[in-house]
Amino acid sequence: MMDKRMTVDEVVSQLWDGMTLGIGGWGSRRKPMALVRAILRSPLRELTVVSYGGPDVGLLASAGKIRRLVFGFVTLDSIPFDPWFNRVREAGEIEVTEYDEGVFGTGLSAAAQRLPFLPTRAGLGSDVLRLNPHLRTVRSPYGDEELLAVPALKLDASLVHLNRADARGNAQYLGVDPYFDELFALAADRCYVSVEKIVDEFDGPVQTLLLNRASVHGVVETPHGAHFTTAAPDYGRDEPFQRHYVTSAKDPDLWPGFVDRFLSGDEASYQAAVAEFA
Amino acid sequence: MSDITRAEVAIIACAELFRGDGEILVSPMGAIPSLGARLARLTFEPDLLLSDGEACLIADGRTEGWLPFRKVLDTVVPHGKRHVVMGANQIDRHGNQNISAIGDHARPKKQLLGMRGGPGNTVNHRTSYWVPRHSRRVFVDEVDIVSGVGFARARQAGVAGFHDLHRVVTNLGVLDLRPGGIRLLSVHPGVSVDEVVANTTFELDLADVTETRLPTSEELHLIRVVLDPKSLRDKEV
Repeated sequence: MMDKRMTVDEVVSQLWDGMTLGIGGWGSRRKPMALVRAILRSPLRELTVVSYGGPDVGLLASAGKIRRLVFGFVTLDSIPFDPWFNRVREAGEIEVTEYDEGVFGTGLSAAAQRLPFLPTRAGLGSDVLRLNPHLRTVRSPYGDEELLAVPALKLDASLVHLNRADARGNAQYLGVDPYFDELFALAADRCYVSVEKIVDEFDGPVQTLLLNRASVHGVVETPHGAHFTTAAPDYGRDEPFQRHYVTSAKDPDLWPGFVDRFLSGDEASYQAAVAEFA
Repeated sequence: MSDITRAEVAIIACAELFRGDGEILVSPMGAIPSLGARLARLTFEPDLLLSDGEACLIADGRTEGWLPFRKVLDTVVPHGKRHVVMGANQIDRHGNQNISAIGDHARPKKQLLGMRGGPGNTVNHRTSYWVPRHSRRVFVDEVDIVSGVGFARARQAGVAGFHDLHRVVTNLGVLDLRPGGIRLLSVHPGVSVDEVVANTTFELDLADVTETRLPTSEELHLIRVVLDPKSLRDKEV
């Protein structure tokens, strides 16, 4: 029987420079932050990051890990903008592929269904096409409508954070929204799942078992691993800490202190520093 | 009722956006549009569907539906039974909207939220905008980056069929988005037409400007006591 349990650092050791990496969640919600923090500690570089962006994008940008970002938005939800994302954009330091959030999901769906593209009306008439000259349109074979042919958003690997999993990689969300995590898993060659708790038996309705083990390559137990984003119902967003992140990220004089205090050690020392902060 | 605030008038203007909408999903972004939508449902549009801002549809304090983000993008948006009220950092004379970035996209002067759902919303269902600070920086001749699609672009791209731009509510008044030219529909009490004109770079149709209506005493009670006892409305306007 396969046992796919591993540590955050073992997950990161299976990633490589220049890869296309999908990150699940939505804004500042259920982000695999322990895995993101492990990437910050690693020598990984030149990543193409594909994300409904939140602080995962900001933190990876702060450490110069992102070469290209594929996105429809970056927001911290209760705080509109991520200071690090805005800084690297305004300095022209990263390349971007900016889609409508629906076009982004359509690209993931195409990859998940192993199709070269899927059609959508979203994007037509907007600057999504002007800014992404690789995009093509397709005429409906059943009528006159011209639609956007969204290319499959194929991922080398995905990282997602759910509430529970078993050792074999079946994984469960207990909040109200699965976000796009199933598509991130299916659009990727490999998917790594961090969870609040690894269990032998699942509680709750069977339809909360979002991912089955055939699409999961590694599973990590990392309590509070989505901090400071939400992992409801286990915990909500840590608003005071998120405000502290934003204050620190806005001020170049404060940022080194934030890194020293929270990001210079391993995940256990991060969680200890957060407990002390609270 | 001389103590009626600008925020309360703006809530009425937002509620009026949904008059006649019937049984559709309304997605208001921001406190004032949300209060407007809830007020409309409590009064003249009782069949509106309203999200709790997360994955549930809520009516009378009880959950009546499940609507996670993926379902919204895959089915609700293209199905079109929806009226969204988005923010807008820029709106131009063609009805184009920008929430992506200010300046050159490759190296913006100011990075904003990103395209979000603007491109998809505007070519699939009714879309209105809420602008809490009406100024010449927002109402520009040409937006820097087109997120929400305006009239000419929708026509050129062949997507005018489901394109349904409605109105812009601001802290000063209500604009009617029309292909022939944007019309000033009403100014809020205490605001002059000149003030709106001075804060808009492009020409407005001023042929038939009225005054935004005041809340009734019942509406005022609902706003102040039932919907917004903590006065969140005053933080936005």
